[in-house]
Amino acid sequence: MSYPENLRYTKEHEWVRAEGDVGTIGITDHAQKELGDIVYVDLPKVGARIEQGKSLGSVESVKAVSDIYSPVSGEIVEVNESLGQAPEKLNQDPHGSAWLVKVRMSVPDELKQLLSAADYQTYVGAES
Amino acid sequence: MITKVRSHITQNEPPLFERSSPGKKGYQLPVLDVPPVDAVAALGAANVRPEIDGFPEVSEVEVIRHFTRLSTWNYAIDLGMYPLGSCTMKYNPRVNELVARLDGLAWAHPYQPETLAQGAMEIMARLEAALAEITGMDAVTLQPAAGAHGELTGILLIRALLEKRGNPRRKILVPDSAHGTNPATAATAGYAVENIPSNERGMVDVAGLERIVDKDVAALMVTNPNTLGVFEENIKSIAEILHKKGALLYMDGANMNALVGIAKPGDFGVDVMHLNLHKTFSTPHGGGGPGGGPVAVKKIFEPFLPLPRLKHARNKWSFDYKRPRSIGRVRAFYGNFGVMVRALAYILAHGGNGLRNATVDAVLNANYLRKKLEPHYDLPYKAPNMHEVVFSDERQAKRGVRTGDIAKRLIDYGFHPYTVSFPLIVHGALMIEPTETESKLELDLFVEAMTSIAGEIDTDPELVRTAPHSTRTSRVDEVTAARRPILRWKPGETASKAAD
Repeated sequence: MSYPENLRYTKEHEWVRAEGDVGTIGITDHAQKELGDIVYVDLPKVGARIEQGKSLGSVESVKAVSDIYSPVSGEIVEVNESLGQAPEKLNQDPHGSAWLVKVRMSVPDELKQLLSAADYQTYVGAES
Repeated sequence: MITKVRSHITQNEPPLFERSSPGKKGYQLPVLDVPPVDAVAALGAANVRPEIDGFPEVSEVEVIRHFTRLSTWNYAIDLGMYPLGSCTMKYNPRVNELVARLDGLAWAHPYQPETLAQGAMEIMARLEAALAEITGMDAVTLQPAAGAHGELTGILLIRALLEKRGNPRRKILVPDSAHGTNPATAATAGYAVENIPSNERGMVDVAGLERIVDKDVAALMVTNPNTLGVFEENIKSIAEILHKKGALLYMDGANMNALVGIAKPGDFGVDVMHLNLHKTFSTPHGGGGPGGGPVAVKKIFEPFLPLPRLKHARNKWSFDYKRPRSIGRVRAFYGNFGVMVRALAYILAHGGNGLRNATVDAVLNANYLRKKLEPHYDLPYKAPNMHEVVFSDERQAKRGVRTGDIAKRLIDYGFHPYTVSFPLIVHGALMIEPTETESKLELDLFVEAMTSIAGEIDTDPELVRTAPHSTRTSRVDEVTAARRPILRWKPGETASKAAD
């Protein structure tokens, strides 16, 4: 299981990587492992407004459909369209090429409320 | 040891399309005794097709053998226990079928004039009254076709009442243990969904709820007993918290099999609820066949109920369409009438005491299984359970065997699997609901099977991980089926696969 240092994490198992005021959002390696084989991803459209802690879409595995809770608030500027044809990328490269959306963050301070890699790793350890 | 079943020969059978020979017929028409009509001349060429591509041409015996062979591949409640949690897979008593097949009921037509449908209308009225009494509610609509449809009808009724009061409000609260249909219903009815976490006993956290309920909340959708099989002890305080803020309490009645004849939702503060006739009231279940999702409401909702309403005046039944505040029709005609007949037959055959006994036995059976299986499987929520019990695969997962593997191994023992990986708040859930149908004999066979599987996991986990071993098909590729589904048979495409 990997926990990249340059990401911030939520307790709902999403990550965000900030570059300037744009945040890239995805689900964690732990999340994809728990979900099992992912078969469908439902994502918002470019221009949609999302709010921290609210659902921005969902991922469906053979086991269940799970909400994706947004780590930050803002406006969607890009969506990873390639996941539509190849949802299995989420199982293979959740921290890299299988990012979900990019968002122009409206409250950059929200990042401070998120978990560091070490804290997230401790949290996952305690949960399982 | 496997004692309930042994393997026996079943026959291969391809799709009926692949049995087709051109020109074969399974029928014989009498000689035409009227002048023939040219279809193209009468209807126009655009409306006539000489052939339906790929339509199977087979004889009568081929059709009979086709479906009989397929039926031998089935597992059914008439073969044994069907412990699918949350589904209440109880036996469908044959008396229900007998009554539903009476000529006057089986051949009734929805366009029959009211004067010739008085009996059918009285059956519906009596069923409405019986369900109102069982739930402790004031009025019932029988129109919704099944549970989720009942939910949607119920939430639309709540929206209609709140709109009448001046503000439909914005969101609906749903506990994290809820059936997935609850949030889907709220969203379809135009509400935002807010999830509320359960407390460590698996119940709604009352203090937490009090903090969230405000003037934006239209309703809480709660299942009671919930999907853990646990009764929401504080349901009355939950109702009071909502009512104080002008919000309403919706109950998903999927688990009514734990309450019938014992407790009435109307008495503990529920405003609107649905029932599943195909669960609690023993009408056929599964195969996507017709279900029944009646909605029961308190008096304040009566003006909003779907059209038409049954009316009794001067000793006659009629349909009342003059109800300006109604949410309108939610289903063609009057709902699934055949299902209503079966449900009323079940209720009347049991009587009040009989229904109560069924509830007591359903709860007893689930608790018997809990006690017998607790030494072998982890029980994450220890609150008293009612009609079903939810274990987790925590112990077995340490040996690399998950709930889905145990379920598949259960097939080798001659049982339908329990519900796998639901509710989501239990990690690796095994959700088991025996219903009152099962005798101690069948329950003991189930316990023996589950205990034996637990033992196999200790000595030979691979045996369980690769189960089932005795079925026609073992593991199917669920992932490819979901990612790249083939939804339609096409000539030539599946011929080679059919005999697998």
